[in-house]
Order: sequence, then C-alpha cells, then structure tokens
Amino acid sequence: MDLKLKIWRQKDAKAKGQFELYSLNNITKDSSFLEMMDVLNEQLLSQGIEPVAFDHDCREGICGMCSLFINGRAHGPDTEITTCQLHMRKFKDGETITVEPWRSNGFPIIKDLMVDRTAYDKILQAGGYVSVNTGGVPDANAIPISKEVADEAMDAATCIGCGACVATCKNSSAMLFVSNKVSQLALLPQGKAEASRRAKAMVSKMDELGFGNCTNTGACEVECPKGISISHIARLNREFLMATAKE
Amino acid sequence: MSGFLSSSIGKKFFMSITGLFLVVFLLVHLTANLALLFGPNAFNIVSHFMGTNPLIQIMQPILAAGFIVHIIYATFLTLQNQKARGNDGYAKVVNSHQSSWASKNMYILGSLVLTFLVLHILNFFWKIKVTGSPLLAEVEVNGEAMENAYALVAALFTDQKLGLVYSLVYIFGAIALAFHLTHGFWSAFQTLGMSNDIWRKRWTVLGYLFAFAVGGGFAIIPLFLMLFA
Repeated sequence: MDLKLKIWRQKDAKAKGQFELYSLNNITKDSSFLEMMDVLNEQLLSQGIEPVAFDHDCREGICGMCSLFINGRAHGPDTEITTCQLHMRKFKDGETITVEPWRSNGFPIIKDLMVDRTAYDKILQAGGYVSVNTGGVPDANAIPISKEVADEAMDAATCIGCGACVATCKNSSAMLFVSNKVSQLALLPQGKAEASRRAKAMVSKMDELGFGNCTNTGACEVECPKGISISHIARLNREFLMATAKE
Repeated sequence: MSGFLSSSIGKKFFMSITGLFLVVFLLVHLTANLALLFGPNAFNIVSHFMGTNPLIQIMQPILAAGFIVHIIYATFLTLQNQKARGNDGYAKVVNSHQSSWASKNMYILGSLVLTFLVLHILNFFWKIKVTGSPLLAEVEVNGEAMENAYALVAALFTDQKLGLVYSLVYIFGAIALAFHLTHGFWSAFQTLGMSNDIWRKRWTVLGYLFAFAVGGGFAIIPLFLMLFA
C-alpha cells in the first residue's frame, strides 16, 4: 500500500504544533498501525528528520499505553481494539490518514502524538484503592460473591486506562474511566470500607484536573477498546449521590 | 454541601431534577391544551381552571424557577465542556454511530425551545395576565362568566396574514422540544443513578414515546385550528 500521512507534530508541551504530510510506500496491509509508524520513523531518520514520538508498550492490547486519534476516531476505524491491534487492511491504498494526539485539557501534549495521562493516576490516588488488613491470608470461601456481581466487577476492571473515552467525548469527560474504577470496587465487599469517600474524592479530583462534564452521549462506550458499558456511569452517579445524602 | 454544588455530578443533579420537573409540567400543559380539540367551551373551562386554581398559582413561580435553574446550569456546564477540549481541537472527527444527534446538540435545541418559549409567553400568558386583549371579552359557559381564551388562541393561528407563519413556528417549536426530550428524558434518570443495562433501554424507549406524544400533541393544536377553525 502507498499512503499519505497527515501527522500532528509538536516540539514540546509549550510549542505550537502543526500538521505535516508524509508519503510512505510499500506498506503491507497485514502490518499493524504501529509497525507502519515504525517504518515511517525509519524513513524519517534516513532523511534526517526527527522521528514522530508516540506512546506504545505491550503491543497486544492490554497495557493501555498506545493512544492516537486516527481518521477522526480514537484507536482508529475499528471497534473494541487499541491502536496497536489496528491493521493496515482497514485503510485503502493511496488513502490520506490523519493522525492526532488525544485532545483534552486533562491530557496535555508532551511531544508530537504523546500526551501526559498522569491525570488518571492522580484520580486513582484520590480514592481508587482498598484497605488491606494485615494478618493471615483470609479463607477464600469466607466472602461469598455471586457470579453476576463478580462478572460485572470484572467488566469494569478490564479498563486499561488508555484515555479513549476522554479523547472521543465531545466534552472530554473522564466519567467512564472514573466510573469503572469506582464500580469495580463498589461491587465487591473489599471495597465497602471506603465506599462513602471514594466516589466523592475521585469525582472531585476529576473535576479539578480540567475534564468536562458527562452529558450521556454514549460516545465513550463505542470507542472503549474493552467495550465497557456506560451503566457504570449510572453506578458512579448513584454512589456519589448516596454518599452526599448520607452526610 | 458546597462541594456538591460545585461538583460536576452535583450540577448535573440539578439539571436532571429540574428537567424531570419540567417534564411533569409539559404533561399538565399538554393535557390542558388538548381540551381545545373538544371545542371552545371545553378549552375556556380548562383555561379558567388553570387561571384560578390556587395550586396552579402556587406552582407558577416554582415553575419559572425550575426553568431558570435548568437554563443557568446548562449554560455553566456547556461553557465548561467547550473549554475542556483545549485550544487545539481535532482536525477530523467521525461521529460514532451510537450518539444521537440530539444528545450532541442539547444546548442548541434548548436555546431553540427557549426562544420559542419567549414568543409563546408574549402570545398568550402576557396578554392574559398583563396587557389584556379585546379578544378575551368575557363569555358565559355553563352559567359562569370567564375569559374567552379560545378566541385568543384561534385568532393567532387563523390570522389572515400571519396565521400560517405562527402555525409553522409553533410546530417547529414542538419538534425542537421533542428532540430535546429524546435525549433529556433518559439522560435525567442516568444522572440520578437510576439506570443500568436493562433500565437504560426502558428509559430510552419511554423517552422516545414521551417525546413523540408531547411533540405531536402540541403540534396538533395549530394544525387543528388551521384546518377546522
């Protein structure tokens, strides 16, 4: 395949960025999107141009490191995948592909296509943890949890924190991420100890970091690589309102 | 509590509560209006009741407050949301199939409804309560004297020059309101936490039915008067 790539280049966090157009030839349609980016960077190096900076790590869809807003969609034109799982066969020969970083006040750009997602860590530090009592290992059968509840908690826990929900939301809202982290703990007995504090602390941190307000458009669950439902957002709202009512 | 008022979910809580309150108002207003389809006497009796019933009079300022809170919070939230994307927006955005057009344009739809509301108040409420109109001359229904509200309504939509324009504006207002409700109805329950995978579908279906009933119900009135009055 021969491609044209319209890529956002930005020297550092403070610099003003702009799009650059690159041509790339002889890409096999079976290569992944990030392999194509690697080939592009090799070509740029040989031409004496600085390679494009982008985030990636495991390249098998579980680490949540890769981002990229490709042709107007978070993680590109496919559903329930991360950018590293996107293949070039999803594009047409001769196509111009637009590649942009996540755009949100909560995720400032570090360089080119890399954004700083420390905001998610800060939200987790505000309340996404459980108390661990010291002592012997508790008996596994001492805390019975029904399968439905365990499954739902597990669904929420599949969130890899990639930020696609924020990137795709027209309000840059982080509600799907926060609701997953609240849900996975709220559903299980281990998370009950901090239940009244958790939702309030995490929502307050989320608001402080410059994310927008959720307007229930449902765009996030479509672009979530793990296909997590916005029903978890309803649970977060419930947890938050209950905690406020109890005060 | 101050933390609640300034938090995103707190602000959205007031949006949903006032929104659902306005939904109840729409239901009462539509029910009263539909009396018009049963002729001038039926409509005059209902509007006389609405104008004199003490409970309705108490609810009037509360209703106005509901509108104001809903509009002010919507403005706050929308301004915040527009800022949240940052200075450089996306060059290209493909809208995902799931988000409805209404869900992405609630503030625009709301502004259209507000513009219509101002016109609507000037057309009827203002004339009945403040300025008065010769059309409102008293009529006697079942031995009781009351204002001829029907004449005021019928005159607007059957006017030689502007009747058609007003009818179209009112129908357009009803459609904008219906679209606003298709998203607003279920969204209010989601924000209040009264939703999950099953109930989301139920609220959405109920919301569409309600939006269709309200939009259609209000649009019928100018159509009815144009065709039959």
